Amino acid sequence: MEKKIMLGNEAIARGAYEAGVKVSAAYPGTPSTEISENIVKYPEIYAEWSPNEKVAMEVAIGASISGVRSLVSMKMVGVNVASDPLYTVSYIGVNGGLVLVAADDPGLYSSQNEQDSRCVARVAQVPVLEPSDSSEAKEFTKLAFELSEKYDCPIMVRTTTRLAHSQGVVELNDRIEVEDKPYERNVPKNVMMPAMAKGRHLVVEKRLKDMAEDACTLPVNKVEMNDTKIGVITSGIPYQYVKEALPNASVLKLGLVHPLPRKLIEDFAKKVDTLYIVEELEPLIEEQVKSWGIACHGKDILTVQGEYSANMLKKAILGMEINTEEPAKVPARPPILCPGCPHRSTFSILNELKIHAAGDIGCYTLGAVAPLNVIDTTVCMGASISTLHGMEKAKGKDYVKNWVAVIGDSTFLHTGINSLLNMVYNKATGTVIIVDNSTTGMTGHQDHAATGKTLKGEATYAVDLVDLCHALGVEYVTVVNAFDTEKLKAVIKEETQREAVSVIISQAPCALLKSNVSHKKCVALSDKCKKCGACLRPGCPAITKNADGTIKIDDTMCNGCGLCSQKCKFGAIETVEVESWILKV
Amino acid sequence: MDTKSIMIVGVGGQGTLLTSRILGGVITEAGYDVKLSEVHGMAQRGGSVVTFVRYGEKVYEPIVEEGCADVLIAFERLEALRYAHFLKKDGVLIVNDQRIDPMTVVTGAAEYPENIIENLSKKVKVISLDAMAEAKKLGNSRVFNTIIVGVAAKHMDFDKEEWIKVIEKTVPAKTVDINKAAFEAGFVF
Repeated sequence: MEKKIMLGNEAIARGAYEAGVKVSAAYPGTPSTEISENIVKYPEIYAEWSPNEKVAMEVAIGASISGVRSLVSMKMVGVNVASDPLYTVSYIGVNGGLVLVAADDPGLYSSQNEQDSRCVARVAQVPVLEPSDSSEAKEFTKLAFELSEKYDCPIMVRTTTRLAHSQGVVELNDRIEVEDKPYERNVPKNVMMPAMAKGRHLVVEKRLKDMAEDACTLPVNKVEMNDTKIGVITSGIPYQYVKEALPNASVLKLGLVHPLPRKLIEDFAKKVDTLYIVEELEPLIEEQVKSWGIACHGKDILTVQGEYSANMLKKAILGMEINTEEPAKVPARPPILCPGCPHRSTFSILNELKIHAAGDIGCYTLGAVAPLNVIDTTVCMGASISTLHGMEKAKGKDYVKNWVAVIGDSTFLHTGINSLLNMVYNKATGTVIIVDNSTTGMTGHQDHAATGKTLKGEATYAVDLVDLCHALGVEYVTVVNAFDTEKLKAVIKEETQREAVSVIISQAPCALLKSNVSHKKCVALSDKCKKCGACLRPGCPAITKNADGTIKIDDTMCNGCGLCSQKCKFGAIETVEVESWILKV
Repeated sequence: MDTKSIMIVGVGGQGTLLTSRILGGVITEAGYDVKLSEVHGMAQRGGSVVTFVRYGEKVYEPIVEEGCADVLIAFERLEALRYAHFLKKDGVLIVNDQRIDPMTVVTGAAEYPENIIENLSKKVKVISLDAMAEAKKLGNSRVFNTIIVGVAAKHMDFDKEEWIKVIEKTVPAKTVDINKAAFEAGFVF
């Protein structure tokens, strides 16, 4: 058997492949993105980037109804976007197996909240499997398809950042070619009108009850009896911390975390002196176990926030003192916009004009912090445009003359279009800046409906953002090169004063795109430098000061965007042509 | 064998993920159980990044905790200091003697600490090198991370040939020769 070291997400993709999946849909989102990026390597699977998670979910539902196994993957906030179809497909069930991978982010490595997808699944009455390493990530994905078809319901595979982005050893198996299920028209099952949904609701309740009973003998729910002084119920990545911290404890490892195997838990609880529930984020297992009258410790000694660790469990459960050296007091290093990032140019102008920005989700959210200090709000995908609209309706059109909405190209196509349509429909006058870097940047450069390329790398129709805005009813749409600071400044000044909806498309490709190879570099001429600091204000990480206060430019970081030389009034920064120097691996 | 713990730290975008991929490949070839835990997404944009690597007969926890690292590979001085307390008392610190100012330093909100390597040398075994300068000698500054791989290889228990084999498999075909030269350049430290 071939063994390979695989990222959790890569293992999920492999699991989907081995399970005979034929359709996969997703919108990129950390920590789920690499699932699709690996699935696309299997020619047997049709894989796409959909414009948002709701669309992706519905694509997968359609594939399932037509009779094939389908996978949809997203980060946890994407599950919110997809929750409308999710709640109802729970009633409909499946034809071909349907699996949703929901990737949570305890510790907030790359997200706007710390929500627990298991809670969503519980309300949607969707069963949840939770793997604890790469090997299980593959096996549980396959099991999810079996359970989906056995119980006629979608299954959620819940991962977390630590699982998704950890690599571990995986044994590879062959793909099982699953025959397509025949399609039969079935209105009471597939058309959720009230009368039909009433019937299906009862089916859902019964299904969960049956599954809870079967879960007591499901092999992925396993008891590891050991010393009975301490008993732990756990699942997912926290299982690894439990094994590391408490090698002698008895453990009930849950592979299926919803619905819970009540009898198995009751029996286990009776056999141990003290019972602990170890689960990251919400006390989902704990509250149910307590509701059955079983005494246990959980969130009374462990946090609802962030990730756990073995040492954390040793302290909380064993009362161990762990003496570690104090960390050195060092300057923080928060993430920043890259050298050559076109967003920096746009933000430097908004900063100069003292314009507030309703922000959105993407690299450009980083414009909120010093030294750019431009973004005022960030809620969720697409929210910039609608929150700006709400401000105008609350305070009047003059109020938004020093405000803009800032949204990326991929985010605009995700959920910004509706909001812009709403501005036009409801007679707004605000200005929307689409910072168009021709990619989905933060998640690592995925294509979207305006790039002209599919996930499979095939050429396709590229939606024209200008035409799209016009079609929504926006009369004033201006495209500006993001690095043409004089023009961009003039356009922003003019459009924010205009008493009509306007869109400015501030355009330049992401500096990290492989296709965007720079042939320029900026060079500091220290004899001309007046130490005024104008070039430092946009916060490019390639520019620092020499001991004498003149500036220096790190030639390994600079990509020659020339923003700093535009900011210098004394000609102390030259942009020079160089050979293509950057090796993008 | 006890489980070994390695950490690779640096600034997002420096190429720490390539190093962890090579290290992971070498460990797997040697037949160990291994877990590597990486940071993707937002922090990769110029933030402080850390990769945990643990290997042995059977590995549970995918992260390295404070005071538990056998080897700390730091791509930048300040990041070496930030994570130095993760090292065991007899651990080894490999540090690339490069300074990248975080935005908090550029804006004047914080100061970049002085004498980091000298001070750390008083506490733990430190191997420092200017990998960027070494890479420029080879004519391509981007291979500095492979030079650091070479240094790490010198201070770990795997055959040199295994490292080279994995590098050949991991880096883009066009860059195999320069990466092999970079590995050799690091292996002398």
